[in-house]
Amino acid sequence: MSYSSSDSGLLHSAVVTAPIDVSHLIAVAQAAGVGALSVFLGTVRDLNDGRAVSGMEYEAYEGMAASELAAVAREVCDGTPGLRVAIEHRIGTLAIGDVSVAIVAAHAHRGPALDGARAIIESLKQRVPIWKREHYLDGERAWVDPTKGGTVRPAAEPA
Amino acid sequence: MCYLAQAMTVPVLLFASYADAFGTRRLDVPVSAPCAVTDLVAAIRGLPGGDRLPPRPLVAVNHAFVDYAQLIQSQDEVALIPPVAGG
Repeated sequence: MSYSSSDSGLLHSAVVTAPIDVSHLIAVAQAAGVGALSVFLGTVRDLNDGRAVSGMEYEAYEGMAASELAAVAREVCDGTPGLRVAIEHRIGTLAIGDVSVAIVAAHAHRGPALDGARAIIESLKQRVPIWKREHYLDGERAWVDPTKGGTVRPAAEPA
Repeated sequence: MCYLAQAMTVPVLLFASYADAFGTRRLDVPVSAPCAVTDLVAAIRGLPGGDRLPPRPLVAVNHAFVDYAQLIQSQDEVALIPPVAGG
């Protein structure tokens, strides 16, 4: 599901399974009045808590994740007149270095452009219903639980 | 107004570590109507695997986070939301 609106500075928001096309998001946010455009990319890294990670699996409550992602971005836009935002979060199985989330925030000036991208990623991490499971080189897998500063390793897996 | 205790079944969507805890992505939870979120969570915690939930898991009804006092309606889409980890 994707959202776009001309009333808000939120121009594009979507939860996707295909690789994120960052240059497309930049093109969406670009406009003649833009003097600063910040890009935040979240990427899959190869080490967490000292364990070697081979990949990451992202799961979403898809309908709610799409609407919460849009709500987060729209709230930041509403608080920052002139901010133009395009955002995508990818789900599914990602490899080391893959882009999991891309936020493009454009404004006439650099301050709101940089602050806008930061505000959106921080809020996204608090409330958008997306989860990630790390796959380790030794074959184990565990859900990341930020509230515990680590991971949970369940005994059973769903069918 | 007077309510008679009436049985109803609430479908509950599960994700990530909570789906693993119950070994399924959807629970059909028998409760008595009217049923508040707090009653539903108590019923879920009594099911096999429920001991692996935190005391007060986040609950979404119709795609919005809700308070534990909210009443569940029969057509609501209810989901238990594990600690989110996007980004």
